Amino acid sequence: MTPDNSNTHSSGITRRDIIKGMATVPVLGAFWASAAAKQSYDGSVKEEILNELNIKASLPPPTGSMAGTPLRVGIIGFGIRGEQLVRASGFATPEWLTRMQEAAQKNSNDTRLKDFLEQESLNIQYTGVCDLFDIRAEKALEAVKTDQNNPKRYRTYQEMLASPDIDAVIIATPDHWHAPMAIAAAQAGKHVYVEKCMTHKIQETYDLYDAVTQSDIVFQVGHQHRQTQSFLTAQDAIQKNVLGHVSLIQACTNRNSDNGAWQYNIHEAASPSTIDWQQFLGDAPNIPFNKEHFFRWRKWWAYGTGLSGDLLTHDYDRINCLLEMGIPKYVTASGGVYTHRDGREVPDVFQVTMEYPDYSTGSTQDQGKEKGMTFLYSASLGNQYSRPTLLMGHDATMELGNSLTIYADPRSTRYQTMLEEETVDPNVPLYAYSPGQKGVDGVTSATAKYFADKGLLYTYRDGKRVDSTYLHIREWLSCIRNGGQPSCGIKEGFEEAISAHMATLSYKTGQRVEWDAKTRRIVNVEDPMVAAT
Amino acid sequence: MKTTISSLSPPQLNVLVILRLLIGWHFLYEGAVKLYSSSWSAAGYLNDSQGLFAPMFKAIAANPGLMAAVDFLNTWGLIAVGLGLIVGFLTQAALIGGMILLGLYYLSHPPFISAQYALPSEGSYLWVNKNLIELFAMAVLYVFPTSHIIGLDRLMQRYGQQTKQSSPEEVAA
Repeated sequence: MTPDNSNTHSSGITRRDIIKGMATVPVLGAFWASAAAKQSYDGSVKEEILNELNIKASLPPPTGSMAGTPLRVGIIGFGIRGEQLVRASGFATPEWLTRMQEAAQKNSNDTRLKDFLEQESLNIQYTGVCDLFDIRAEKALEAVKTDQNNPKRYRTYQEMLASPDIDAVIIATPDHWHAPMAIAAAQAGKHVYVEKCMTHKIQETYDLYDAVTQSDIVFQVGHQHRQTQSFLTAQDAIQKNVLGHVSLIQACTNRNSDNGAWQYNIHEAASPSTIDWQQFLGDAPNIPFNKEHFFRWRKWWAYGTGLSGDLLTHDYDRINCLLEMGIPKYVTASGGVYTHRDGREVPDVFQVTMEYPDYSTGSTQDQGKEKGMTFLYSASLGNQYSRPTLLMGHDATMELGNSLTIYADPRSTRYQTMLEEETVDPNVPLYAYSPGQKGVDGVTSATAKYFADKGLLYTYRDGKRVDSTYLHIREWLSCIRNGGQPSCGIKEGFEEAISAHMATLSYKTGQRVEWDAKTRRIVNVEDPMVAAT
Repeated sequence: MKTTISSLSPPQLNVLVILRLLIGWHFLYEGAVKLYSSSWSAAGYLNDSQGLFAPMFKAIAANPGLMAAVDFLNTWGLIAVGLGLIVGFLTQAALIGGMILLGLYYLSHPPFISAQYALPSEGSYLWVNKNLIELFAMAVLYVFPTSHIIGLDRLMQRYGQQTKQSSPEEVAA
């Protein structure tokens, strides 16, 4: 190439002009050839892996129509979770709306108000409100009243359940009230959405199971993560034996704040004249009015179920919905109060091992070589370093969150050839599924993994960001309207509650607690909570 | 800025044309990869944004409709700039477009003193990163144009002169 000014003033296109004008066009050919070769190489590697895995990435089926006469719902318990549930179903308190409006004005990224306002109507009316604390009951009435609906405050849940104006109830009370209320609701023919832990005591779990199975109601336990988009894809991967024999599952809770350790605010207006203390106590030991016990009930065994009922249940149920492994054969638990020594009874550092000696997700090795699995739960309320949920198989490890990432194990049997040929790299995801992405894709780059890890990708359904609690309530309402079984019904709730109670029993007694699947009974330890009453 | 072609020596011209080809290749491949990756979206990248303009980039990422438009413009913008630089067609416009894109990438992830990105980086940067360097390399190409000598713009120019036979004027690149 040389500078050329000989033709600057000429008017015709010379051969020289054409040669120099087109000189760099062949570069496009070189580009095309190398890009095609690269595409073909990447494509063949990706195709080989995807063909081998054959994972079907799919979304949970949409729930049915909300059309028809509005369903009449009662809310029992309007504390932190009760307010969230009512909001997820379309009704926010005026205070929340004002707060969110201010937050959105301050920070344009804060879309909580926008998301709430854009949420589809569930076509329900809250015709009844029940809370023992006057301030909360008033707040609930404010949130749910509309021009067409003037909700009634009920002083007791029994009065609410006796009312012909209620079709269904959402129970978001302290744990020791879940079962008595849910049983009474089932017997009164009212549909039930109850928060976890489904029950407070072992015997209640059997009683509630009987009450629900003998009724025609639609029953849902509040494990909203069952709506997670990656769930069906993860289930398909496990069914296709992508992980090989899973021998260990790790799930963790990591929190490091007073709020995360249930040290909630005590309302200034709380007093014996604004709180029905005797009704709150229920079957708990009769003690004088105590604000801390009322607002921070999760810290005492008399009302709450500790880390096992509160947070282990989420992780247990998340795995149970994938593997359907049910109640463990043996449970051992230990822990203590190590970081919040404020007089609480329930531990704030807690470890649980659940043994499934006969369970297997499948095997790629010699028949009979692999069998049995441990689910390991570890919780700390004194450190919030994020420890991922891992399903560890002989052939691969699945990291399960909102997104789904699978890594081949370097010593895998199934991927041995691909590892040797370097088609598969144990450090790069074998498969990754991020619901926030435009579509579904196989093998992704390290960058995509980073984004998935950090939760930088949103989850959308039909192009919109959605709240999983809303989806879970919607599923329950759809089953009431259109029939069908909710994803976390009484069978799943029974398994969740018994497994959690076994962990609590083990912690309290220091013994390994054993379950007999045939008789459906705990065989070696009495329930101290039942024995005490 | 007007720069006459004759002001470039042969080595200067060669180096500038090679630089143009390299940057063009880089843009074209970045665009092509995005075009062929069905699941690709800049949403994750924009969500990782920091600095003064982060709210704007995050707002774009949070809006699926806008995000689709941004993905489309980014992909085809990269391809158009890449093609323009390689074949030397509408090169000055391609350079401006490329500098705008690089400016946006830089502003969305400026390597300021306290910046910590989730996106892994293959090097270490403080204020100056490869986006900024590539942007200024394009600025160099803009002020030392070459496509009037080597590139389709040369033919365009000749064709323009041919149609204006009666008024030959000095050509400014």
